[in-house]
Amino acid sequence: MKTMLDSIVSGYAGKRREALLPLLWEVQTAYGFISAEAVHAVSHTLRVPEADIYGVIGFYSLFHDQPTGERIIRVCADPVCGMHGADTLLDDLCQRLDISLGETTTDGQFTVERAPCLGLCDHAPAALISQRGQGESAVAPITSADSLVDGTLSRVAPSVIEGELRVLLEGVQPDHAQSLADYGDYAALRKALGLSPEAVIEAVSQSGLIGRGGAAFPTGRKWQGARQSASDVRYLICNADESEPGTFKDRVLLEGCPHRLIEGIAIAAYAAGAGQGYIFVRGEYPMAYQRLQAALDEAHAAGWLGENVLGTGFSLHIELRRGAGAYICGEETALFEAIEGKRGFPRIKPPYPTVAGLFGKPTVVNNVETLCAVPDIIANGAEHFRNRGTKDSAGSKLVSVSGHVRRPGVYEILPGLPLRQLLEEQCGGVEGRLQAVLMGGASGTFLMPDELDTPLTFENLRAIGSTFGSGAVMVFNDTVDMRDVLTRLAHFFQHESCGKCFPCQLGTQRQLEILKRTPLPGDTQRLHDIGRTMTEASLCGLGQTAASAILSAMKKLPDVFDRDTHDGHQQDNHADH
Amino acid sequence: MDTSKTITLTIDGQEVTVPEGTTLLEAARQLGSDVPVICYHEATTSNGLCRICVVDVNGGRVLQPACVAACQAGAAVSTRNGRVERSRRTILEMLNSAVDLSAAPEIGALMTDYQADPQRFPEAAARDHELMDDNPFYVRDYSQCVLCWRCVQVCGSDAQYTFALTLDGRGYDTHVSTAFSIPMTESPCVFCGQCIGVCPTGALKPKIEWGLEKGLSHDEIRQMTRQKRRRKHMDE
Ligand SMILES: Cc1cc2nc3c(=O)[nH]c(=O)nc-3n(C[C@H](O)[C@H](O)[C@H](O)COP(=O)(O)O)c2cc1C
Ligand code: SF4
Ligand code: SF4
Ligand code: FES
Ligand code: FES
Repeated sequence: MKTMLDSIVSGYAGKRREALLPLLWEVQTAYGFISAEAVHAVSHTLRVPEADIYGVIGFYSLFHDQPTGERIIRVCADPVCGMHGADTLLDDLCQRLDISLGETTTDGQFTVERAPCLGLCDHAPAALISQRGQGESAVAPITSADSLVDGTLSRVAPSVIEGELRVLLEGVQPDHAQSLADYGDYAALRKALGLSPEAVIEAVSQSGLIGRGGAAFPTGRKWQGARQSASDVRYLICNADESEPGTFKDRVLLEGCPHRLIEGIAIAAYAAGAGQGYIFVRGEYPMAYQRLQAALDEAHAAGWLGENVLGTGFSLHIELRRGAGAYICGEETALFEAIEGKRGFPRIKPPYPTVAGLFGKPTVVNNVETLCAVPDIIANGAEHFRNRGTKDSAGSKLVSVSGHVRRPGVYEILPGLPLRQLLEEQCGGVEGRLQAVLMGGASGTFLMPDELDTPLTFENLRAIGSTFGSGAVMVFNDTVDMRDVLTRLAHFFQHESCGKCFPCQLGTQRQLEILKRTPLPGDTQRLHDIGRTMTEASLCGLGQTAASAILSAMKKLPDVFDRDTHDGHQQDNHADH
Repeated sequence: MDTSKTITLTIDGQEVTVPEGTTLLEAARQLGSDVPVICYHEATTSNGLCRICVVDVNGGRVLQPACVAACQAGAAVSTRNGRVERSRRTILEMLNSAVDLSAAPEIGALMTDYQADPQRFPEAAARDHELMDDNPFYVRDYSQCVLCWRCVQVCGSDAQYTFALTLDGRGYDTHVSTAFSIPMTESPCVFCGQCIGVCPTGALKPKIEWGLEKGLSHDEIRQMTRQKRRRKHMDE
């Protein structure tokens, strides 16, 4: 035991705190947990206090400080998997293994946990397996509890990848990654390197590309901001932490066309003046991680990355990082903390990342889909991109459709397509009678059957108080108990709140407690006050949207709250603010 | 801070001119406006945790934490209106349902000021912790901890550079801990007492004070601490 630990830790000699998560991952994979002895050794090597390391382990769901089973089985029980029998599955699993949720069998073979959305909602129910010594693998759809125990199930069914056009998804197949030979030359990068960085930024600004990560910020302006911040060092980070419930379009891009992403990153880094890039992939995406690593190696070997690319003097090194189970690390400043080897607490803004981000240096953070749109803009021109979609929603857009449609999957659409057409023409229609659509993920809002003609654009959705958000479209038919859906959403936020600021740390817990119980008089007003307080007073976007779906349901699905019988629920003056 | 530039804004209808970089809290205090604080402390890094200090800036979508947000030129700030009161009241009510605030009279006064209902959240799981009496100098009762982070900060890079403490867990389950919850005596703690000095509640208490409250005599308390010290010695 000692020697294996020694050899892991000695590989990190001379490194510092920013190597903490990769090192903890190696220990976690080898031993199934991170012991006091391991923390001591890590502390010594990286010069990080033992208490700090312990705090980091305690923050990330995929790290353990106590022994676990040889195989850790984590079953998703978020809304879509919940509709597909996740609770029964977890019960069966625990019964068969004779343990409770979170426990390990006495023979040390199995640990069973509940997981947040694993980005496999198109094949619900889904699970993430950690096998000691080997690492993670995902399985979906799960056919039975037995198949998880026996290990007879070992793959994810291929996703449906369709839509109105194929630009982002060009050449993307569900079951394998495009190799460099399939993808071809990085022609757009070659072209970009022949232009000035300013000209590249100008093209992206002219294209009208806005970020696909949820905040809808103009991409060109972000790059410009970082480029203008005086500094000798700048960073470019690809945010591949995709963890918004109901969202899996980034996974399909990462697994299907890693080279499009790497080319987009290289162009962005050149434009922003960054010489070092990171791709931060959520820990629950093992397949994406492996394929990205292979693609990075290929790109490096072919000279598209590294020193002095194409003899232009431009150099770029990209480091692949794995998250360790924390939705909050998709928030850009929490992501910096994770790369720096700390608990993933969001920072106070300002300063903004383009001024002081990773290691305090100007940093551009972009979503996977945003960066995948870049090669096309450079290769075919801003006009070409702009002419797709609408004036304020330029370019094609990916949506992840899950729940009660005949063909759940990832669809590339032209913004402006009405939701009805997406569901009926693209996704094969709704299964049963539509009750509601949750647009934008757990932090989104509900759209009702009478809102189906809404064109899917940033501006139209904003106008009706909704959001594209992460591009998640979760469809619920009238057999679904919407209070159960809200409870699962509340569970997600309670589990994922980082705990930094009081409104969210306390509010996500109280919100869940209220939704779980038989309503007491006054509960609707309590939910309302908690919701408004989290929205208006929380530190980051997680808390600010942790009540979004619930507040939206109060307006649109009042029956869900009727059980809290007319307790004098009054909306105060700012209810709609 | 660049103090050469100044900016002008309005706080509760009063115009004020301050050096650029001044926080809303500093500016409001200059005008005598009362903005409540819980986590804020002059001697520790401000992290904007408790959000009790939120104020309304230009009726924006979200409220701003006065202790960390800088004054913006031309802004119209309200330190207390309906939205602000709802947030402060709800935060206090939720905090009270989670934490034993009996030894935090300042927070109690805020509860009264904001008409916070101590029973607002029935059936709420409180954040209960066992009292920890593992060293001769102080006791730790994290049932009274509001998670202001000050003890962790002064133990670490705000003052002592000892790093005996960390935050552990996440979300509602966050708590202050040593590595692997080892006793303070086995941690790097040097018993400087800085953490006790900055704790705004009764969560960290000198042993003497704690003993006297429990009705023990000075002699009894002294005996207790001696025995502990000796035992620790023998363990080594
Ligand atoms: C709680 C939270 C989680 C987030 N998760 C992600 C994520 O998984 N992927 C992502 O690209 N952006 C995520 N974001 C948004 C990022 O903070 C950031 O705005 C985005 O990565 C910027 O990229 P873009 O400009 O290309 O959209 C999240 C934000 C919050 C508040
Ligand atoms: S809003 Fe929630 S996730 Fe964001 S800082 Fe506050 S506690 Fe953490
Ligand atoms: S123990 Fe005291 S100082 Fe430390 S976080 Fe809790 S309340 Fe703050
Ligand atoms: S994988 Fe279960 S809800 Fe997304
Ligand atoms: S006093 Fe400002 S956030 Fe706590």
